[in-house]
Amino acid sequence: MSMNLPLLEVRDLRIRFRTESGVTEAVRGISFALEKGEALAIVGESGSGKSVTALALTRLLPTPPAEFVSGEILFEGRDVLKLSPPDLRKVRGGGIAYVFQEPSTSLNPVYTSRSQIAEAIRLHRPEVKDIDAEIVHWLDAVGIVNPAQRMRDYPHQLSGGMQQRAMIAMALSCQPRLLVADEPTTALDVTIQAQILDQLRELRKRFDMSLILITHNFAIIRNLCDKVAVMFRGEIVEFGTAEEVLRNPQHPYTRALMDCIPKLGEHRTRLHTIDYSKIPTS
Amino acid sequence: MKDEFLSPGQRMMQRFRRDRIGMISTGFVVVLFVVAVTFGTLSWLDVPFPADPNLTNLEAKLQPPSATHWLGTDNLGRDVLARLLHGAYISLSVGFVAVFVSLAIGVVVGAISGYFGGWVDNVLMRIVDAIMCFPTFFLILTAVALLGPSLLNIIVVIGLVSWTGTARLVRAEFLTLRESEYVRAARGLGQKSWAIIFRHILPNAAAPIFVTAVLGIPDAILTEAGLSFLGFGVQPPQATWGNIISDGKSYILDAWWLILFPGLAIFVSALAFYLAGDALRRAASSKSETQ
Repeated sequence: MSMNLPLLEVRDLRIRFRTESGVTEAVRGISFALEKGEALAIVGESGSGKSVTALALTRLLPTPPAEFVSGEILFEGRDVLKLSPPDLRKVRGGGIAYVFQEPSTSLNPVYTSRSQIAEAIRLHRPEVKDIDAEIVHWLDAVGIVNPAQRMRDYPHQLSGGMQQRAMIAMALSCQPRLLVADEPTTALDVTIQAQILDQLRELRKRFDMSLILITHNFAIIRNLCDKVAVMFRGEIVEFGTAEEVLRNPQHPYTRALMDCIPKLGEHRTRLHTIDYSKIPTS
Repeated sequence: MKDEFLSPGQRMMQRFRRDRIGMISTGFVVVLFVVAVTFGTLSWLDVPFPADPNLTNLEAKLQPPSATHWLGTDNLGRDVLARLLHGAYISLSVGFVAVFVSLAIGVVVGAISGYFGGWVDNVLMRIVDAIMCFPTFFLILTAVALLGPSLLNIIVVIGLVSWTGTARLVRAEFLTLRESEYVRAARGLGQKSWAIIFRHILPNAAAPIFVTAVLGIPDAILTEAGLSFLGFGVQPPQATWGNIISDGKSYILDAWWLILFPGLAIFVSALAFYLAGDALRRAASSKSETQ
């Protein structure tokens, strides 16, 4: 029976933030499932709850101010919200690993990339004997040239693209079943962005890993993701295969979001904005 | 550039070495340290060099500086230079060890407070506030009077009341650093809280902690000198810079050298530590240069 169990299943998840200025509901009862080996894009604007959802998957949100009101997050059949701290630490990194938006601040400035990746390997794969060889392997896998040399560099000596590759290598070195990439290319320039996305696509196939890509950019999900969930004001307003959603968006918000992408060859003096008054709220 | 292979700490030390005032004051601190260790050891081995600091000679009392007594003699005919040199280790060991004690407490309390926040932070910070309400010097004076004025007691008491500033500083650093992306990344990798505190946050807060530690040394030295002056310091016949001044204060009009030289020793040592600490602060804060 465990054969048909999805890798990750989120059921009716509600998260709110209690602050001095009041209570905000950031995630309002979302549900979705992700099969093994699948790639899901969660698309939405700033504040739509997509990053909160990503962090919630391993309870990385600081509580307080965050509060899990209801719902279940089933990863390989176990509810993350009910895990004990040691079990939770095994899921973090080992089951679900993250790549964050800002590569320049995601690496600790006082350690070389080698010592940071070594830390990740020691945490989740204590059986590995030759740690340096393992680090070289993963840095090479993410396309860093001359990895044996580069692993001795401090973060400030690496370019933004290389920092993000090192972050991805660190996440992969734990051999997670699911990689959550929270706007992994937003801080990078367009050519590097394309390289990193290509790399992610290739790595996902090579290591048979599931992927959740958090983004506000529809343009980057084509070719990379199987499914798309569109989030708006804490809810999933549209869910479907990437193919379907991109070709024939159903929800007015999805359409408005896609209209915001400037198209090549189209003559325009103003970029599209979203007219929120025309979007139904439930 | 050569710069490429340096860690942030090494780059800070590189900037520090280019700071002239910092290097001069550090040089003085090193000399002071060597003097304190050398004469502290001689004192412990009872070697009377350059003279026995406790040898009284009433026939040669209150002599002004001369070739035999470079800094003169006191009211009991003891050599002032010998007393100054043999008392140096008291000031230095109070300075270093008391700061070490206060740092140990301050860093742990501040780190726990800042990292965990919530009610833990509230309780710890109210304790800090409560301690800060006492006038520190009188608290130390009372404690030493009750416990007895041994060197160890003085060090421990100064350390125990002076950690509050460090705790607040460390807490503030932790409050900012715990929100950083690399801390979130470390938590996302499944790292334990204590490892995040000590491995990921503390090294990034090391520079300001190091600076306050160095600046705490002269405070402790001055406090010890004050206690000695009031007679609550390390007891005679052991010479300390504070009690040399205390003994000499009755002869201030006749024997200026009894006050001036120990006073200068205290002043210059404290100044050297302050200037060195200040130079460290400059080296720690000028991040723009290499990044």
